[in-house]
Amino acid sequence: MQLVLDPEQQELRSAIRKFLTDQSPSARVRSAMESADGYDRELWRRMATELGLLGLAVPEQYAGAGAGHVERAIVQEELGRSLAPSPFLGSAVLATDTLLALDDEAARAELLPRMVAGELIAAVAVAEGGGAWDRTGGATTASRSGDTWTLDGTKTAVVAGDVADVVLVLASTPDGPGWFRVDPSASGVTRTTLATLDPTRRLAKIAFAGAPATPLASADAAAVLDLVADLGAVALAAEQTGGLERALEMAVDYAKVRVQFGRPIGSYQAVKHGLADVYSDWEQGLSALRYASWAADHARDELPLAAALVATYVGPAYFRAGTLCVQYHGGIGYTWEHDAHLYYKRAKSTELLFGSPARNRARLADRLGV
Amino acid sequence: MSRMSVPNGSPTEFQEYRDGVRSWLKANAPASMPSAAELIPAAKAFQAALFDAGYAGITWPKDVGGQGLSPAYQQVYSDEAAAYELPVYPFIIGMGMCGPTVNDLGTDEQRTGYLPRLLRGEDIWCQLFSEPGAGSDVASLQTRAVLDGDTWVVNGQKVWTTNAQWADFGALLARTDPDRPKHSGLTMFVLDMHAPGVTVRPLKDMSGRAPFNEVYFDDVRIPVDAVLGQVNGGWNAAVTMLGHERVSIGATRKPKTNPMEFASLVELARDHGVTGDPAQRERLAELYADERVLDLFNVRMRQETMAGNPPGARGSVAKLAGALLLRKAIETAGQIAGSDTIAWEPDDARGAGLALGINSAPASSIAGGTNEVQHNIIGERILGLPKEPQVDRDIPFRELKVGTQRG
Repeated sequence: MQLVLDPEQQELRSAIRKFLTDQSPSARVRSAMESADGYDRELWRRMATELGLLGLAVPEQYAGAGAGHVERAIVQEELGRSLAPSPFLGSAVLATDTLLALDDEAARAELLPRMVAGELIAAVAVAEGGGAWDRTGGATTASRSGDTWTLDGTKTAVVAGDVADVVLVLASTPDGPGWFRVDPSASGVTRTTLATLDPTRRLAKIAFAGAPATPLASADAAAVLDLVADLGAVALAAEQTGGLERALEMAVDYAKVRVQFGRPIGSYQAVKHGLADVYSDWEQGLSALRYASWAADHARDELPLAAALVATYVGPAYFRAGTLCVQYHGGIGYTWEHDAHLYYKRAKSTELLFGSPARNRARLADRLGV
Repeated sequence: MSRMSVPNGSPTEFQEYRDGVRSWLKANAPASMPSAAELIPAAKAFQAALFDAGYAGITWPKDVGGQGLSPAYQQVYSDEAAAYELPVYPFIIGMGMCGPTVNDLGTDEQRTGYLPRLLRGEDIWCQLFSEPGAGSDVASLQTRAVLDGDTWVVNGQKVWTTNAQWADFGALLARTDPDRPKHSGLTMFVLDMHAPGVTVRPLKDMSGRAPFNEVYFDDVRIPVDAVLGQVNGGWNAAVTMLGHERVSIGATRKPKTNPMEFASLVELARDHGVTGDPAQRERLAELYADERVLDLFNVRMRQETMAGNPPGARGSVAKLAGALLLRKAIETAGQIAGSDTIAWEPDDARGAGLALGINSAPASSIAGGTNEVQHNIIGERILGLPKEPQVDRDIPFRELKVGTQRG
């Protein structure tokens, strides 16, 4: 296993960090999160066209860069640090991985190059309640009449669902779960942008009432879901690890300059030790992240366990860091104008996005054979 | 062997080296651990064999008998040796801490006098720092060394001294000038543990075992050329040695079977029929996660060492996380096995193992720097947070209320 980045990967990180530091400072993050779209369209365009980030883990035949999940995790770490609102997780991670895992070459060839170019946003709709991904397709049903299919049911917590041009839906059919492609502007589809804890990431509810759908070919729809969920868990953990690191840096920087009772608050052990714990969480979480993204590229048989591991560990760790980041900033950290709350909210929302921590632990236990 | 002269190696060179280590260990690692009575002769014989094979002092300079290779080669050796239980315990203090410090600070005479003997397994060393009144604040130690003509005369007491019962030499930190502030009146000496006036007594810990000792000095005479580094420069020497200790602890691998490890606790849960309980499964999963991420962090630090970036103070993360992991493990064991954790048939090895785990847990949170000290190291040396104001820093040591100087 390889847990240390090579020089090219380190260069990639530096380039993305510089780009996001310059192009997505706090003011841009805030204007994007308050905009009608909820994300920074210009930033998204430049991520696609100037940096080629949207297709890093996409094979070259679909206009991608043919790199891997280690590289994509670097992008996600940096996006997590900056909090830049973007449809990356929904489109460049979940929907991209779904298309790559399905056996529908025509859909891949049609959609992926446009997604990589930033011309088209796709989203994946699986969860129905509580965020958990049900392998059966849940209560959303697909019915066939002649050559046409329609969907009925409601999916929720759809990442990038509010801005998606294409939605990939897992639904129940008489023959088991199946994947379908839906045009969200079609009649019979109702999208609701949900009110969210985290203002930097929008989520949508999508209701289908006899909505026209195109089946997507796959030999094993549930296996596709499992793989997409694992790769998504790794990408989410990368975002969390990057956010954790930034929350720690903010708290440490502040603890060095905030003076109370005649000395910097970081000199008090109560504060210092809390920050040391967060650092310890970050070092270990980063190690698990590097392992899981390495497994995604080089040891697919280890991925299910590695993905469950990193999800179990990093989610709660990020929220601890977000909590202490607000806490050690004190009153100023509780204000809207300070960024600490954005990390706190992103931490909690990513911890619960794909279901409860208890579910993560149960899945890890399953995969350990306990 | 040309590769020994290069400061760092290529992947091919590392692989060749690894192959050599692997086949040597396969041929030379003892089949079983020696009994307590045979430990010292067996350990000395194995250390001598390591030296003859070129695997003792891999990173030490050639002029003292080492191999002059980069830490990456040491890492390769350690990775391979982790597959074996080797009789090296009596040498860990000498090889991991005292030897590297003698190499850093010693005169040529000291280096060539002590280090080749250590590498060949001829001498066992111990570290004489902690005292009853000086634990985390080791600079407040009271053992006195007074110059009398051309010898220093030492009186005082040390405690928690690992391996002192076997030791030929000790790295002694003693106070040589109580009129200076506490950090600047200390000197490090190489002490002959066989000298008249040195008394070693086993110290029974709360687990009932005696892995440590108390060491008493009654008018022990040390020649002036046994000063390591500068007179009154002992704090600098101690910091040097503690830096080696962190690396040494961080590099230590756990034994294969440990009743407090995840795999053992799953067995325990199966035997108690509780693996169907969601709360127990979650607890086990969480324990696995903590154990595995720590393993992965250690792997990452080793890979960084191989790439030329030794971890330095980040070893404190591993030490702290290991101590906290053990606390979680003993809680998990109790949740699984209930009163079977605290009462067992006298011949039930697992019950005894669980109890030993519970009784050993505090040691990992105290020995080699307490969890609180590790937190301070991470906060101050890694995160760069300011130290607490040190009220005793500039006051002559003899005016401080420390140890038995409390009035």
